[in-house]
Amino acid sequence: MTFTNILQLYVFILAGFVGYNIITRVPPLLHTPLMSATNAISAISIVGALVVAGARYSLVASILGFVAVTCATINVVGGFVITDRMLRMFKREDAPATTAPAETPK
Amino acid sequence: MTALPSFLLETAAAGDASGARVLITQASYLVSSVFFILGLKSLTRADTARKGMQQAALGMLLAIVGTLIDQRIVEYGWILAGLAVGTVIGWPLGTRVPMTAMPQRIAISHMFGALAATLVGIAEYLHHGSPEVASLDRVQMAALGFEVLFGSLTVTGSFMAFGKLQEFLPGKPITYAGQNIVNIGAMAGAVALWVYLIVDPTATWAFWTMTALAFVIGISFVLPIGGADMPVVVSLLNSYAGLAASATGFAIGNTVLIIAGALDGASGFILSIIMSKAMNRSFTNVLFGAFGSAPTASTKTATNLTVKSISAEDAAIQLAYAGKVVVVPGYGMAVAQAQHTVRELAELIEKKGGEVKYAIHPVAGRMPGHMNVLLAEANVPYDRMYDMEEINDEFESVDVALVIGANDVVNPAAKTDTSSPIYGMPILNVDHAKNIIVLKRSMNAGFAGIENELFYDEKTNMLFGDAKASLSKLVSEVKTL
Repeated sequence: MTFTNILQLYVFILAGFVGYNIITRVPPLLHTPLMSATNAISAISIVGALVVAGARYSLVASILGFVAVTCATINVVGGFVITDRMLRMFKREDAPATTAPAETPK
Repeated sequence: MTALPSFLLETAAAGDASGARVLITQASYLVSSVFFILGLKSLTRADTARKGMQQAALGMLLAIVGTLIDQRIVEYGWILAGLAVGTVIGWPLGTRVPMTAMPQRIAISHMFGALAATLVGIAEYLHHGSPEVASLDRVQMAALGFEVLFGSLTVTGSFMAFGKLQEFLPGKPITYAGQNIVNIGAMAGAVALWVYLIVDPTATWAFWTMTALAFVIGISFVLPIGGADMPVVVSLLNSYAGLAASATGFAIGNTVLIIAGALDGASGFILSIIMSKAMNRSFTNVLFGAFGSAPTASTKTATNLTVKSISAEDAAIQLAYAGKVVVVPGYGMAVAQAQHTVRELAELIEKKGGEVKYAIHPVAGRMPGHMNVLLAEANVPYDRMYDMEEINDEFESVDVALVIGANDVVNPAAKTDTSSPIYGMPILNVDHAKNIIVLKRSMNAGFAGIENELFYDEKTNMLFGDAKASLSKLVSEVKTL
């Protein structure tokens, strides 16, 4: 185990703590947006996918990288857009209901 | 200076333009990590959430741009193609999918996330792990193996969950004799192969066998889990997708991946625990219990009990003159897409001078927070939505509790009947209300296949029919009063 590995472990554990402390304070009201938000954020694996797709390791690796970039991009784009769409709907009573158009029923 | 991470040492050694590029990339990762954490923190309050998540999206953009200048990237064709195809698919998934389809939308996005992590892991293994190269040390192999193992089972597991929620796969649990032994055995085998790989990273056969096994495990673990247990499964898969991303970070030495994955992993884990608690069941029970596979006959049969049904007219009179109404939505409201009509009815009751609140059980619906999102979509202000703990003591003073397509979460058997499969599950105290109106399609038992005593309570009136049609009738009746 190299020193870098140990630092990585520190980062992981500390981030886990931060996550635990923040997320236990998210109200049940916002649990669905929380799921889609964390999903969008974990699409950060796109940075790994970008390197694989662009590093010219081999043709197979490039194709795998391309599919990985595609999947991660779906989550980046779709994830942040849908989270925003959901959060836009949460309004307080006193907020004027007319300012934000309601989602059209589908 | 030996304490510096390797990338900074490289930078110091390079001392030229490429070193500067590494620094810019790392700086972008640091900023995006901070934005991610701030974004999640903003979700602790509904009024700050939107801005915080937009900031997180900016963080993502920064990380992507920061990566594109990485000097390992020598060709951009595949990247641009992937970004383009992903955007074309992702955009409608973000803008078009209706709120009622949110559980399956979330499930399929876990599949995409896990697939990305898995494929990165496989490509890295192909490049670094083959016997000719063999440049993987044991720690990297452990991380890479974990990433592919958890990533693969999340891919197929999420797809199964998606199928059950989208209902092209049967929602009922699929079980066979010895299922748990097979599942646990398969998992033990996959873990054994993982350990073998750590000892010998060049054992490609072990890598591929483990990957194949993990894909099968994902399917076989979700098969026996029923629709009502999906909130736990979806949360758990959320956690696995995060852990797989984090492992990717360890394998390729990327800190922002480790951080974002840890955040996602923690979130999914906490949600699954909350959901399990709200069903009064342990994790292991959800995963291995196959709830509802053999509906246990409740000791109390419904034969000598009668239900009172009520006409829409009479129900409308009760609602129109009630001082305090609490709406209890369940999965049936989502199925009937009745949330807009619910809000319309609530506004009419308020016009008549009544007060309307919404009582939301943590596991109502098919995913955490499902009901809240649907009601918010229908323009119900979020300060009218109450969690179970917040509202449970208020039911004594409630004139009419309006139960819309909810069943198990309001079943008093959870409190009184020790032989009931849901005994001990915290429920909404709807039975304490002065009057109860239940909107229900028919007298079929709920998802867990359990009789609900609430429906036979003398304070209860049943209004049969499709939830949306019944509510529309109520709306027009209240209007005439």
